[in-house]
Amino acid sequence: MNLDAKIPSGPVQNKWDKHRFEMKLVNPANKRKYKVIVVGTGLAGASAAATLGELGYKVEAFTYNDSPRRAHSISAQGGINAAKNYQNDGDSVWRLFYDTVKGGDFRAREANVYRLAQVSGAIIDQCVAQGVPFAREYGGTLANRSFGGAQVSRTFYARGQTGQQLLLGAYQALSRQIAAGTVAMHVREEMLDLIVIDGKARGIVTRNLVTGKIRSFVADDVVLATGGYSNVFFLSTNAKACNVTAIWRAYRRGALFANPCYTQIHPTCIPQSGEWQSKLTLMSESLRNDGRIWVPKNPGETRAPGQIPESDRDYYLERLYPSFGNLSPRDIASRRAKEQVDQGRGVGPRKNGVYLDFADAIARLGKSVVAERYGNLFEMYERINGENPYETPMRIYPAPHYTMGGLWVDYNLMSTIPGLHVIGEANFSDHGANRLGASALMQGLADGYFVLPYTIGDYLAQSKLEKIGTDHPACKAVETEAAERTAKLLTAKGRRTVDSFHRELGQIMWNKCGMGRNAAGLKEAIAAIPALREQYHAEVKVVGDGEDVNQSLEKAGRLADFFELAELMCRDALVRDESCGGHFREEHQTQDGEARRDDDRFCHVAAWEWRGPAAEPARHVEPLEFENVHLTQRSYK
Amino acid sequence: MNLILNVWRQAGPKAPGKFERLEAKDISDHASFLEMLDIVNERLEEKGERPIAFEHDCREGICGACGVVISGTPHGPHKATTTCQLHMRSFKDGDELWIEPWRATAFPVLKDLIVDRSAFDRIMQAGGYVSVNTGNAPDGNAIPIGKDVAAKAMDAAACIGCGACVAACPNASAMLFVSAKVSQLGLLPQGQPERYDRVNAMVAQMDQEGFGSCTNHGACQNACPKEIGVNFIAMLNRDLRSSILCPSPKPKPSTGEGA
Repeated sequence: MNLDAKIPSGPVQNKWDKHRFEMKLVNPANKRKYKVIVVGTGLAGASAAATLGELGYKVEAFTYNDSPRRAHSISAQGGINAAKNYQNDGDSVWRLFYDTVKGGDFRAREANVYRLAQVSGAIIDQCVAQGVPFAREYGGTLANRSFGGAQVSRTFYARGQTGQQLLLGAYQALSRQIAAGTVAMHVREEMLDLIVIDGKARGIVTRNLVTGKIRSFVADDVVLATGGYSNVFFLSTNAKACNVTAIWRAYRRGALFANPCYTQIHPTCIPQSGEWQSKLTLMSESLRNDGRIWVPKNPGETRAPGQIPESDRDYYLERLYPSFGNLSPRDIASRRAKEQVDQGRGVGPRKNGVYLDFADAIARLGKSVVAERYGNLFEMYERINGENPYETPMRIYPAPHYTMGGLWVDYNLMSTIPGLHVIGEANFSDHGANRLGASALMQGLADGYFVLPYTIGDYLAQSKLEKIGTDHPACKAVETEAAERTAKLLTAKGRRTVDSFHRELGQIMWNKCGMGRNAAGLKEAIAAIPALREQYHAEVKVVGDGEDVNQSLEKAGRLADFFELAELMCRDALVRDESCGGHFREEHQTQDGEARRDDDRFCHVAAWEWRGPAAEPARHVEPLEFENVHLTQRSYK
Repeated sequence: MNLILNVWRQAGPKAPGKFERLEAKDISDHASFLEMLDIVNERLEEKGERPIAFEHDCREGICGACGVVISGTPHGPHKATTTCQLHMRSFKDGDELWIEPWRATAFPVLKDLIVDRSAFDRIMQAGGYVSVNTGNAPDGNAIPIGKDVAAKAMDAAACIGCGACVAACPNASAMLFVSAKVSQLGLLPQGQPERYDRVNAMVAQMDQEGFGSCTNHGACQNACPKEIGVNFIAMLNRDLRSSILCPSPKPKPSTGEGA
């Protein structure tokens, strides 16, 4: 298969402008004749649905939540990047582009990343115009702070609730379109499958989570904005309902799945405290602006943190990476924390964390400044752990967070199925093998506000689409398949709960395909996962029926798809015989323990093609070319 | 620790509901309240009994999905804490708890502890936004906004739309929720052109949804997990009075013609 990324020719600075001119337009009077389905209403989906509605398309938007305001984008805390150079510290579109390509360990597509940097400034302007209350300086101008992987202050924020405020901005724009009648909003409606007719995506099959009704919706284009799949690990920072089903079903219908093994492990989460735990809570990366990370020098240290003198502490990030220090990128900070814990220097009752210490910041800035910057995060930490971080250092440890892999898309954000666009975290395109802080919000909104609304018109203007209704035989066939899958889960008469299987799968994934991977472990996982999956289908127990609210049934369907994804993640990780970003193959590291890439063999995107339940998937590659940011060993020293 | 739970069980919106007595044994005091319910549910499922339906998603105190009345208090005993951030160390071994859904005519029960809060979305659709299309916004620094004003707007904007204010109010009023959005946008320059139409339209929709009136009881402020203050209700009332001097609400915005 030839993966044509459709990257426009010419210098990287001009590609998007050139492309915008060359794309076909849909006449305003014709826009209302086209219907677009948007699945997921987080930052990417809500901004896309609102913007498409404004442009005049008929939009149907879907979320499994009770309101589009609850998408997991709401939990992003720290901020959003933009190349505004308001601080006069040397930022530029080029520098944001450079930092992002380097931060992704040279496994992202240059053209996409440049466009992201290019539109980043307009995102901030748009959000300000919507009434997003960004933090301000006394003179009334926008405030900034810095994030990992950058030496400039380009992160805009709204206290520790940036994701919430940006999502509410997009949700409000969406609400306006719902009232105007351009967007029909479907809440508590979960996508279970994709309808493909004549090789084009033409609709979705959903299950209503209140009535259990399975039905079809058809359109001229389907947009998936359904987020990431970190919940494959069971314990992650994702919301409980985050899942892979929408993109996985699209994969099974012919969309290629790119770089599934690229998962980001976020360095600043609260360590696990018990076996019953349902999720891991993230403390914002912005804490690393002022917090200093350290561990006791001596393994087996028993003194309280305040009793350990400076001479017995190791500020290992500052020691190893003097230029970036505590602001080294996420993959590096995570790996170094794991290394400390593995060597016995972990702290806390389970010896499974490192200290994030604010004592110096409080001494330097005063408690009130620290409280103003991070107060809500400190309160949250105290509620969860019962310890006061103003007095004793926080304990943090890495946890599964964002997934850089996702459906393969071209420069127009279209998958290998014509008419199926994929935006935000659900696609693979902009972050490479590691995502820098404050860049996920940027990508979600860039795709939804400023990229997709242009490229979708180009597709619709050029496509001859037959009129279809939900009585089309393809709709009925997909509905029947979805109903059968649901019925199968309800009738398995086992004894084990869905969660017990999910925890077991999560353990395999964390141990074998987590922060460190090696060939032997991955092979073990590839053998163990199908066996557990078979056991799942035979022995799971889902109480109740499919005709009303049944949360166990919802979880059961999502877990069935996680099992299949898990195997693909391990296969992808095994074939990628190099280390890069969040994909750390233990066999490939430099003498100082940094990831060692193999650009000769792996400077490409790996995109997997489904070939049936019994067959192994096929691996295709899209070579990556670095014309502007030259391939070098990443250094943050 | 061991607890006795009296949980509201209701099969559907029209079905009658009742409290069911359940035991929660061997719960770690580090577990969150929702994790305690997870454990109870897993045990129910193993016995083939229906688990308790409850809402939650982020479990980080921000999505606003979770929320139940725990022994008479929305989100439980702690101030400024959502149910998902409430930990079992706040309770004692042997405690008996009463767990109920939000109670309000405008929030019909869907099942057990889950209520339908779509009335909040319809209030937002009535005017809880700035009418600005995507693209061509002026530079973010073109209109300076004082640090204190931005901070105050942020105080209001922190609302997570959980509905605890309604559940706490003896009149099931949604004034705290509505006032938070009205005040956030009313404080900022971007919100000025539609300021009075917005407050009129949102309050009219709130009344239409069947929420009660505000009688300055103040229970909403105490229950709010984000500490939204009743001072915003005062701001709303001031804007509502001022709006009488302004024209009545405009018809719904006409967009979607691509022009």
